[in-house]
Amino acid sequence: MTDPAPMIDIRNLSVTFNRGRKPVKAVNGVSLSVRPGEVVALLGESGSGKSVTMRSLLRLHPAGTTIEGTMTVAGRDVTGLSKRELGDLRGPIVSMVFQEPRLALDPVYTLGRQIEETIMRHEKVSRAEASARALALFRKVRIPSPERRLKNYPHEMSGGMLQRSMIAMALACNPKVLLADEPTTALDATVQIQILLLIRDLQREYGLSVIFVTHDIGVAAEVADRIAVMYAGRIVEEGTVSEIIHAPKHPYTQGLLGARVELAHGRDRLITIPGAPPDLTNMPSGCAFSPRCPVASEPCHTRVPELVSQGEAGRVACIQYA
Amino acid sequence: MTAITADIVAVPRIIRSPGFWHGVIRRLSRDPVALVALCIVIALIAIAILAPYLAPYDPAKTSVIRRLKPIGTPGYLLGTDELGRDMLSRLIYGARLSLVMGVIPVPIAFIIGSTIGIIAGYAGGIVNTLIMRTVDVFYAFPSVLLAVALSGALGSGLTNALVSLTVVFIPQIARVAESVTTQVRRLDYVDAARASGANAPTIIVVHVLSNVLGPIFVFATSLISVSMILASGLSFLGLGVRPPDAEWGLMLNSLRTAIYVNPYVAALPGVMIFVTSICFNLFSDGLRTAMDVKS
Amino acid sequence: MTDYLHRSMGDLDPRDRGGPAQPLVSVQGLVKHFPVKSSGLFQPRKVVRAVDSINFEILKGETLGVVGESGCGKSTTARLLMQLVKPDKGEVLFDGETVGGAISLGDYRRQVQMVFQDSYASLNPRLTIEESVSFGPRVHGVPAQTAIARAHDLLHRVGLEPNRFAGRYPHELSGGQRQRVNIARALALEPRLVILDEAVSALDKSVEAQVLNLLLDLKRDFGLTYLFISHDLNVVRFMCDRVMVMYLGKVAEIGSRDAIFERTKHPYSAALLASMPSMDPQARALEPPLVGDPPSPIDPPSGCRFHTRCKFAEDICAQIVPPLAAISQAQSAACLMSMPRSGHSHAPVHGDL
Repeated sequence: MTDPAPMIDIRNLSVTFNRGRKPVKAVNGVSLSVRPGEVVALLGESGSGKSVTMRSLLRLHPAGTTIEGTMTVAGRDVTGLSKRELGDLRGPIVSMVFQEPRLALDPVYTLGRQIEETIMRHEKVSRAEASARALALFRKVRIPSPERRLKNYPHEMSGGMLQRSMIAMALACNPKVLLADEPTTALDATVQIQILLLIRDLQREYGLSVIFVTHDIGVAAEVADRIAVMYAGRIVEEGTVSEIIHAPKHPYTQGLLGARVELAHGRDRLITIPGAPPDLTNMPSGCAFSPRCPVASEPCHTRVPELVSQGEAGRVACIQYA
Repeated sequence: MTAITADIVAVPRIIRSPGFWHGVIRRLSRDPVALVALCIVIALIAIAILAPYLAPYDPAKTSVIRRLKPIGTPGYLLGTDELGRDMLSRLIYGARLSLVMGVIPVPIAFIIGSTIGIIAGYAGGIVNTLIMRTVDVFYAFPSVLLAVALSGALGSGLTNALVSLTVVFIPQIARVAESVTTQVRRLDYVDAARASGANAPTIIVVHVLSNVLGPIFVFATSLISVSMILASGLSFLGLGVRPPDAEWGLMLNSLRTAIYVNPYVAALPGVMIFVTSICFNLFSDGLRTAMDVKS
Repeated sequence: MTDYLHRSMGDLDPRDRGGPAQPLVSVQGLVKHFPVKSSGLFQPRKVVRAVDSINFEILKGETLGVVGESGCGKSTTARLLMQLVKPDKGEVLFDGETVGGAISLGDYRRQVQMVFQDSYASLNPRLTIEESVSFGPRVHGVPAQTAIARAHDLLHRVGLEPNRFAGRYPHELSGGQRQRVNIARALALEPRLVILDEAVSALDKSVEAQVLNLLLDLKRDFGLTYLFISHDLNVVRFMCDRVMVMYLGKVAEIGSRDAIFERTKHPYSAALLASMPSMDPQARALEPPLVGDPPSPIDPPSGCRFHTRCKFAEDICAQIVPPLAAISQAQSAACLMSMPRSGHSHAPVHGDL
């Protein structure tokens, strides 16, 4: 299989937060590549490092954070870019959608104004043209009565409409890459599915490469081509959606799927993973999952397993497959 | 009681986490700025208490021939004032009244203001509106103006100055207490306590006080510096302590005529007020940080 | 004091009055409107119709699930049941007795307890775990030593070893552990009904499963009845015997789990079910079941509140408020399409079921 050049290529990324007394290694040697037009879901629980990994691409970390490894986006090395160069990248190349659009949008400007400003910051166009494009974008994300809605302030919009506006703004400069950080987590079920379908449609239409961060395997199954499962700062398994859902290999992925209530028909108890995710300041030696793993053996507690190829396109980091 | 229960109770060693204040002191002890500020404050209090032993001269002893000596004059390390009194002795004695006037109104206002604010915050509704609008009437006056007006109405003197300063601070503390209590009141653990059938006094004592007194205390600490300055201001205007008592604000007033002759000596009481109030402020900032559990 | 540890579902609760057929809770015509600040000086005062005349029953020993989207009134219903907010109208009967009438508020509160969504906000950060759990019994006059011993029992029961956890503070615990403490606290008063308001929603999936299992065990061991509020239909399907679907302050449909999940009679329930991710990449949704967001409960649509988003809506739906009517023994729905001769073109022609 010959792959075209990846749109996003993360090699051996480590992110360490140096706030507080102990440094916290939130991401520990993550490698991930996303092809043009591909949707990859980063799946994990809180503290797994999924969001930190994605935010590293735009270096959206607080001061005093150490980032190691290399990252390229659309052929550019983003590791060495200055804040200013990153700003130029943001919009025409990479854009982002957040979990809480209310916090990401400016409350004192209308949505139309904010989209126009975004366009005019990156392209030399007149305000009239920018406003025509804003209207087209609002139509594209299927906001009803878009002319009127462009004149609204963020607080006048419902959660779902606001997330649509956020997506419209993200697409304003025709980016190649969309980073989505739990964009549907705060939404109601009937709205969540609408937004997921919208992202999927727009992704196809624009040929976007998408990294979709989520804690919900059901959401990942709905939008992604591939899923990378993260645990305690590392990718433990990666594969196509069907591989992950129908034939999970890593005991953590298996446990996660076993704990799904919708697969529990006829059982009066859920199969659970015992314990809780490890404290990042106090990581177990060896495989981070070994203290919770039902099939852990002696070497698991001393050696960190490598992520190795397994099956067609999958990779798994478990001693059973090494 | 079942056997199981007895077993568990019999287990002697329960791991106890150190309490909240233990953690606050531990975090505070790692904050050099707050520690230095605290040391200076303690030193000033010690100086005030030990004034008769530390002051080289009688602070009230005047001398016509030794007027307005500059800083560094042999025997008069910090010079003398316009009546020839030793500045060092007067500054040392001045710490007594200045600290009393600066500090005393705050704890009194803390007790009264928190009570008013917590009752208003917990009760909510019409009770809250009545109490807080009354408080707002006082709060609407600038604090300097209110202090001056009250002292003026009550007449000059130490006690009256203390009363008027206390009245100035009560609305400020009550407002903070009210807003913190209103926040805590909305939290689920207060609802859970109500759901378990506890009455309002029990909930206030067990669940509200422990969570609101800290923030109000921090705010009150920061008021000490304001109180110091206001107290000095009252004395400066002749509404607080009367001459010849030594008090920094009053000294600043009487020395203002000397500002062109000997500016450094004239500024000394101001420096003391500044240092004391900033130390109280830095300490209260440190306390605020140390009380933030999340950090 | 000993019996609550070992009671199971088959045993008779000595506090039971009306027998097993009598619903534990019967809610009749409950209304709660919250005033909101008016937008202008001369504009009429607006209200959020959070709960607008709802009726339902919670049967003894069952788990009744409540589902619906934001603004549907499910959390207000919980707070009304818990008597944390006073209803504008309507009453709650507990085991046949009017709450605040035949049964005093104090006695009622001992028998109904609640677990909140936010595990951190629902624990006092200044109290140790054992102090939090023993608070309720102590309020009701249990001596401190006994209350602490009972707290240790319960901590043990919810999977937290008392010698390790009893003396700790909430911020030293993980979300899952804190929620176990909240469950222990709710059980400390030996309630018969526990209201679980999104109690597992904030937890990580692997931890959520553990807590759900725990809730099932506790229900069996203590003979509890649950009101289980959740936005996650999968969890509701796993946990509940009966399900109530709410929309904008009204009950849209209520019925047995199988009735709701297999043969729902309300288009809103159907849309909610169809909105669940399929977990099958080969069978992904192509069309969203509903368009738009739920309308604001401040100015709910006239007639059937769902008619603005309903695929089957006709003119009549905007005029008539459909009553919640029995469709079968196990199911009631508030939809003109299942009401005989309602005037809707899909309505059954005959009155018999």
